[in-house]
Order: sequence, then C-alpha cells, then structure tokens
Amino acid sequence: MSCSRRDFLKQACGGTLASVLPISAFTFLTSEEARAAVENANVRWAFLVDTKKCVGCGLCVKACKTENEIPYDAPVTRTWVERYVITKDGKAHIDSPMGGRDGFIENVINGEEIDPDTIDKAFFVPKLCNQCDNPPCVQVCPVGATYQTGDGVVLVDREWCIGCGYCIMACPYGVRFFHPVHKVADKCNFCYHRITKGMNPACVDSCAFDARRIANLRDPEDPVTRIITTERVAVLKDEYGTKPHVFYIGLDENVR
Amino acid sequence: MTSEAVVHGVEWTVKELFVYPNEFIYWSIQIVMYPYMTGLVAGAFVLSSLYHVFGQKDLKEIAQFSLVFSLALLPAAGLPLLLHLQQPTRAMEPLLTPHFTSAISAFGIVFTTYGLIVVSEIWFVYRKFFVEQVHELKGKEGFGNMLRLNVYRVLTMGAFDISEEALKVDHKAAKILAGIGIPVACFLHGYAGFIFGSVKANALWMSPLMPVIFIMSAVVSGIALCMLTYVVIMEWKAFRQRRKGGASLAIEIRGAETDIINTATKYLLGFLVAAISLEILDLIFRGYTAMKSWDILRSVMYGKDFINIFVLQYTLGNLVPFVLLLLPGRTMKRTVLALLLVLFGVFMMRWNVVIGGQAFSLSFSGYMHYHIPIIPHSLETFKEGLFGALTVIATPFVLFWIINKFVPSLERGDEVGH
Repeated sequence: MSCSRRDFLKQACGGTLASVLPISAFTFLTSEEARAAVENANVRWAFLVDTKKCVGCGLCVKACKTENEIPYDAPVTRTWVERYVITKDGKAHIDSPMGGRDGFIENVINGEEIDPDTIDKAFFVPKLCNQCDNPPCVQVCPVGATYQTGDGVVLVDREWCIGCGYCIMACPYGVRFFHPVHKVADKCNFCYHRITKGMNPACVDSCAFDARRIANLRDPEDPVTRIITTERVAVLKDEYGTKPHVFYIGLDENVR
Repeated sequence: MTSEAVVHGVEWTVKELFVYPNEFIYWSIQIVMYPYMTGLVAGAFVLSSLYHVFGQKDLKEIAQFSLVFSLALLPAAGLPLLLHLQQPTRAMEPLLTPHFTSAISAFGIVFTTYGLIVVSEIWFVYRKFFVEQVHELKGKEGFGNMLRLNVYRVLTMGAFDISEEALKVDHKAAKILAGIGIPVACFLHGYAGFIFGSVKANALWMSPLMPVIFIMSAVVSGIALCMLTYVVIMEWKAFRQRRKGGASLAIEIRGAETDIINTATKYLLGFLVAAISLEILDLIFRGYTAMKSWDILRSVMYGKDFINIFVLQYTLGNLVPFVLLLLPGRTMKRTVLALLLVLFGVFMMRWNVVIGGQAFSLSFSGYMHYHIPIIPHSLETFKEGLFGALTVIATPFVLFWIINKFVPSLERGDEVGH
C-alpha cells in the first residue's frame, strides 16, 4: 500500500483527534474531589454577622492573623472591622485602622476629631470573604489557582497562583490581597482547615459577643441557619450579582 | 516586619479617607505599559497591512518597516506582564492550565498565534532576499560572512526557489497572512481592553466600549510610533548622504519621506477621531446615567485627576496634535512634535484607565494616590518603577536594531522584499 506524505499527515492528524476528543469529554477526579462531590452535597457554608452585637474590640482580627499566619504588623488582613459614625450633618465617618486589630479607642476618624454630641448613630461592621456563589475572583483567575469547593468556600492554591492580581481587582469587597511572605493571592476561607474538622473559624471562637457565627445552610436544624432563613438579614453589594454568603443583621444604608 | 514581608503596593500607595484595609494600587506602571506596548504592536501591524492587504502602494516603504518593527515590539508587549507577576517563574501556567473563563488565560494563545503570523509574514516577504543573500555570500571569506551565510541559510528554511511563480505564491501568502493578522491584532489588543472592561467591581473600567476604545487608540499610537521612528531614521539617512556630499540623494530621500508621512497622517487622524469620539461618548454616558459610582468618579475625573485627564490626555495629547496635523503648511518638525504628543496622549489614556481606575476605593468613600518609585531600592521598586518602564520602552528598539541587521526593512526601492 502506498502512502504519500500528505496522506500520512492527514491520517495521523485525524487519528489523533479521533482518539483525543472522546477522552477529553471525561473529567478525571482525584479521590479527594470524588469524595467531596458526594459528601459535600449536604454542606454549604455561610456566615452570620450580627452588627448590633459587635463592639469593635478587634479580637477577631487578632485571632485571624495568628491562626492564618498573616504577618501581624502587615497592613493586610483576611478579616477586619469597620467603624461607622454618622454625624448630625448626615456625614458618614468611616475608618478601620490596621483592620480594627487594636480596637477603636480614639474619637479621631481620618484625622478629624468627632465630638460625641454631634453623633446621630455609630456602629461596627465586621467584614470577611463572602464566599460568593458566583465568585468573580474564580471567574477571572487565568490558571484556575483559585476555585470554589463543593461546600461553597473559595480557596487559593498557593502552589499554582501566578500572582497576577486579577482576582484582587475583580473582588468588589476588597477581601483579597497579596500575602506578604508567600507572594500569592490570599483571602479569608472561613478557616477551612478548622471548619472541615468540626471546629469554628478562629474569629468566631474569639468573639466574646456572638457577633460572628458560622452556618451550614444545608442543615435546617442548624440554629444559625434558622436565623438566616427566618429572620431579616441582608448581604453586602448584591448589585454585583455575586450572591454573597455572609449575611448581616442590622445593616445600614451607610455601610460600604 | 522583616524585609521579605513587604506588602505589595504599600511602597507606592497613599490612602485618603476610608479605603478598605486590603486595597492598594496593585496594578501599577507595568500594567500601564502592557496595553500601551500591545497597542503599539497592533497599530504597527495594522499600518503594514494597509499596504499588504488593501494595496496602499504609497505606504509600501513604511509598511515593510512597520511589519518588522511590530515583530520587535512583540516581546516588549509580554515583558510588562512578566515584570508585574508576583510569581514570574510560573508565567507559563496560563498556557499549561488555561482557565478559559478568564480573559487573561487567552493571552498566551493569542500572543503566540499573532507572533507566528507576524514571523511567517515577514518570512514570505523577505524570502527572496534571504535566498539572494545566500547566493551572494557563498564563497566569501571571513568569519562574519560565514556567520551571516549560515544565518541566512537557516532563514531560507531550505526553500531556494525564487522563480516568478514561487514569488507570486509568496506574495499571495503574505497578503493572506496580513489579512488574517488584522483581526488577530485587533483581538490581541481588544481583549486587553476586555480585561479591564469586564471587571465589574471597578466602576471606571466596566464598560463594553473599553475594547473598542483600546483598539482605536492602539492603532493611533502604533501608526504614530511607526511614523516617528521612520522619520527619525530617514532624516538620519538623509543627513548622512548630505555629509557624504550626495545632496540630490538626500533631497530624494526626504521627498519620498514626505509623501509617505502625508498618507500615514490621514489614517492617523481618522483613527484619532474614532478613539476620541468613543472616549467622550463613554464619559457623557457615565455622567448622564449617574449611577451610584458617579459621585466618586466625578470627583476623581473633574477633581483629583483633572490635569491628567483633561489637560495632559485630551488637550495636550489629542487636541493639540490634531490641530498641528490639520493646519496647512505642515513641516516635518511640526509633524514630529505632533506624533510625540499623540504617543504621549495615548500613554496618558492608558495611565488614566489603569491608575485612574484604582484612584478611588471600592467603598466609594476614599481615594488612593499613586507615587511611582523613581530610585529603586529593591527588585520590586525597580520592576514596578520608572526604570522598569524604561526597560520595557527600550527593548523594542534594541530588538529592532538586531532584527534589522538580517531583515533590512529600511532599504528603499524594489531590491528588498515585495
């Protein structure tokens, strides 16, 4: 049988395509992924923040930094507390020095001293990653280094992140940053290493006022889930379509 | 804090009022350079295609030059991204595990495709020249000649047929490649615009017009840079001829140069009008719809960045060169000044998009100011500082000098290429 070079190339290409295409239709799962796909079906992590209980002590920020090895004095943090002071002239004074790590002990906000008599209302708002159902950070990662687990938490693979910063730009909540030591994107993951072992996130355990709680939305008996489903809660910046999963009690229109 | 635990962005970000703790200017000067250099690549290629595809004969000489120049610019378009990455050793990962919902994942693929198109088009255009060089250098003595002979041998890739028919095929192939190259070049740059335009978290960037604006201003800057480099090189040649005593040849060079520059200027003005119209449309639309973000956007555009946007970009970078190029009695000096201003204007546009987009907090309650590191005191302040940017700017000229040694894109007449 004679075979010209052209025919040989044609058949070789055709044969390769014919064998590769059907294989690529399958997704190969690692054993962990397979287990996660089955077991995680009954877990969807969510978070409940009761802003009315938060006193702005900053213990959660301290605990988070220690637990997750974020350099203590670096001005980046996985969770932070914002202080809102609304004065009688309608102005909102907002600050979060060092992420609220050391508490709020002064009347000065952004260099301006606030006279207590001029205040209409004031409150604290803890922030952390919203573990969105439609996470823009996952969408824009060019290498798939950040991904959503079956139980809803978005994680970062430190071994694979190229440090382009696109995810940091894409997050409307500003929860992401470059880890000062590992030089890759970093963010809150609800202390995934703890919650998957039945423990609470570090910030939840460190909060003496019950302002922070973790919930499994798939468990209707979960007391925190009951609050989220039966009481009036709100989320941050829902206009971005990210479907955030940190729910807030006592949110105010001034909250950014 | 140890020296290795420096937070990226702290060096050059100054915060004002309420900014989320993790917010810094993460995308700095190199991300300004990236769309700027990509734009120059795309623009240079489009200029060369005007001759190869649409048969603009009067653009022939600048077309050959800009084709080779766009090859020299190509590595300089990828360089800023590499310098910007926190993990530069992982730069190949977007090709290994592309995550296709991300605009950046396509970079390697589009970039490589485009590079192949440019290289093969150059090969088809200069194949005849390579073959002639091999024949000419054969048998010549000396190490330099031997080296050049071998380089040209490799460049011919074994195709020594330069008969009439073979050259016709070459010509056709170059034309087809230039034709495919235009949409690919536009895609290469349009998608750089998409990278910004699709970030819904950023009120300034998010706009479907962004890719189109980027393409138009890319063509403007590409044409301007090619014209400018061409003028400088031709003036230098004419100057050398005059020194040698060939005054008539010098006048001839300058005459040809003027014709080409006149034609190229028309295209430049056309694309400039398109680019400015789109940008103004975008601005008017934002003001008219006045969404939640408009308050902070307005305070940035009309307040903090007013000089950058309205004085440096629109007036000095667009309006002034526009008038300079349109007024009758245009001299070569005035053209050069206008071209420099156009290039500056497009650079300011990239700056105002990239840095301006990070000038306000995601909280809409505070601002961030960028202070570009001038004197580097660490690798990071070099890479993402003035000298890093200058390195990127210098790269294409060095590369062009090397490539042009083997592919003489500036020879006049019909002896080289087609």
